[in-house]
Amino acid sequence: MAMIAENISLHLAGFDLLRNINLTIESGQVTAVVGPNGAGKSSLLKVLTGDIKPTDGRVLLNGRNISQWEMREKANLLAILPQHSELNFPFTASEVVGLGRIPHLTGYGKDQEITINALQLVDASYLQRRLYTQMSGGERQRVQLARVLAQIWSPSDLGQQFLVLDEPTSAFDLSHQQMILDIVRQFASRGVGVLMVLHDLNLAAKCADNLVIVNNGVIAAHGSPDKVLSEQLINEVFDVQAVIARHPVTDTPLVIT
Amino acid sequence: MRYFSAPVLVWILALLLPVVAVTSLGVGTIAISSAEILHSFSSAVIGSSGDAQTNSILFDIRLPRILLALLVGAVLASTGAVMQGLFRNPLADPSLIGVSGGASVGASLMIVSAGGFIQAGALTGLSLVAIGAFAGGFIATIVVYRVATSNLGTSVTTMLLAGIAMGALAGALNSLLSYFSDNEMLRQISVWQMGNLSGANWLKVAVMGAVSIWLLMRLPAQAKALNALLLGESEARHLGIDVQSVKRRLILLTALGVGVSVAVAGLVGFVGLVIPHIVRLIIGPDHRWLLPASALAGASLLIVADSIARVVVLPAELPTGILTALIGAPFFVVLLMHQRREI
Repeated sequence: MAMIAENISLHLAGFDLLRNINLTIESGQVTAVVGPNGAGKSSLLKVLTGDIKPTDGRVLLNGRNISQWEMREKANLLAILPQHSELNFPFTASEVVGLGRIPHLTGYGKDQEITINALQLVDASYLQRRLYTQMSGGERQRVQLARVLAQIWSPSDLGQQFLVLDEPTSAFDLSHQQMILDIVRQFASRGVGVLMVLHDLNLAAKCADNLVIVNNGVIAAHGSPDKVLSEQLINEVFDVQAVIARHPVTDTPLVIT
Repeated sequence: MRYFSAPVLVWILALLLPVVAVTSLGVGTIAISSAEILHSFSSAVIGSSGDAQTNSILFDIRLPRILLALLVGAVLASTGAVMQGLFRNPLADPSLIGVSGGASVGASLMIVSAGGFIQAGALTGLSLVAIGAFAGGFIATIVVYRVATSNLGTSVTTMLLAGIAMGALAGALNSLLSYFSDNEMLRQISVWQMGNLSGANWLKVAVMGAVSIWLLMRLPAQAKALNALLLGESEARHLGIDVQSVKRRLILLTALGVGVSVAVAGLVGFVGLVIPHIVRLIIGPDHRWLLPASALAGASLLIVADSIARVVVLPAELPTGILTALIGAPFFVVLLMHQRREI
């Protein structure tokens, strides 16, 4: 089972935002989407998660068209961390994470336990009773991450689960960037299919099984980071002269600009 | 920083409400002692007749009035909480969806065009003004909702702007109607707009009671959806909430609840705005507690405000709406200043 984009195109207000995109998010794998600003990464995510209907093509979640899933069932399978949050009401961190349990009927005790564990996983236990509105950007992002993780905390009978993260590292310091990569790998090893938009090519290379380069609304390259990252491609897509080296420890590609 | 746990506050308010209501029975142009109240109620229960005048004041005038204040206060405060959640704006209130503006036009129109029939209409207990107010409020809400709804769903921002436009239009129509009114009509219009519970009777209580009970029973089921909506609409959808149908349901419930409240009590301001805001400051924004706590607090506040309105300028009475604004506005300003200092 997988999340599959079949020949997706998206035209909005006279613009071709996406053209003929085919993409498969395998369960248990981490797929990273990279590309310059305005390349269509966010549009792709919105179409994949069912926020926007594609003009052409379709998205399948575990074999069924994403728009045909019952909403609560879909919420059991697919959790999404947006880039920004509009939340400006003074929930505590625990309450925010508890919102991730809305699609579940597991009861207060279980939800509470998951909330505590999720906060601990994102290094935010100390925030439990703090108000969201009084937190720093990085703290908010970690609490939101915990909410999304709580939503797919345990496997579902309904099928394979997927985690979609839109620039999850943007507000994080180095140690929390590393933390999120570990969490993502941990969920993937449990069978969750992970899709994330990243800006940092080196983070993507370090963590992803598959790298998808999006440029001008099409997929410019797709495959393992080793295969995809080349000096020529980076020059074409990002218009930057780079050197590809090897990471001395992990032996993953290292993009030096 | 939370001052109370939510269940504690709900319990305190639930215990406070009957105390406030019973105390209010004794307050008015003619003060009635608690012994007399007890006597009247016990003799009514066992079927013997007590003092006729006291009975009449208690059962024909004050009890329906207090019950009406309770119900209107509860509905205005809980729908205020709903609107603030739906608009993700702590400063929203039910008037934002056009219901108050529309209602005041409906009421003014009835007063001006059917002035002579009002007394005849009063036979039914629900005057033409009340019916006009309800119809005006409901129609305005539907128009605002339609304007903001496309095949992409209802845009909360558009709704807010359409509500403001509707308010301006209603203000202009009201001025126009006032301009063509004679002195008596003008006075009726302005008294109605101040919000007044003195016209309470058992029929109004029954209508308001039926609507409030239905509303207050339907709202708790929407509490989780409202919590999710605070994250944003797309986030709520990803948590399995059918956002569009939740919005439609809540707007309809609010239009109905506020429409009937305005019809029986006129424009009582500030309850819908201030009460949920204060409750949220005390126990946080979780709608599972915010909705019942707001309803209870709104009920108590309106009973207190109405009791004061009955005695503050003896032997005359003040319209209740003046009191809620007089109490509410300074309190709100202090609250906002306090909040700014905390940030």
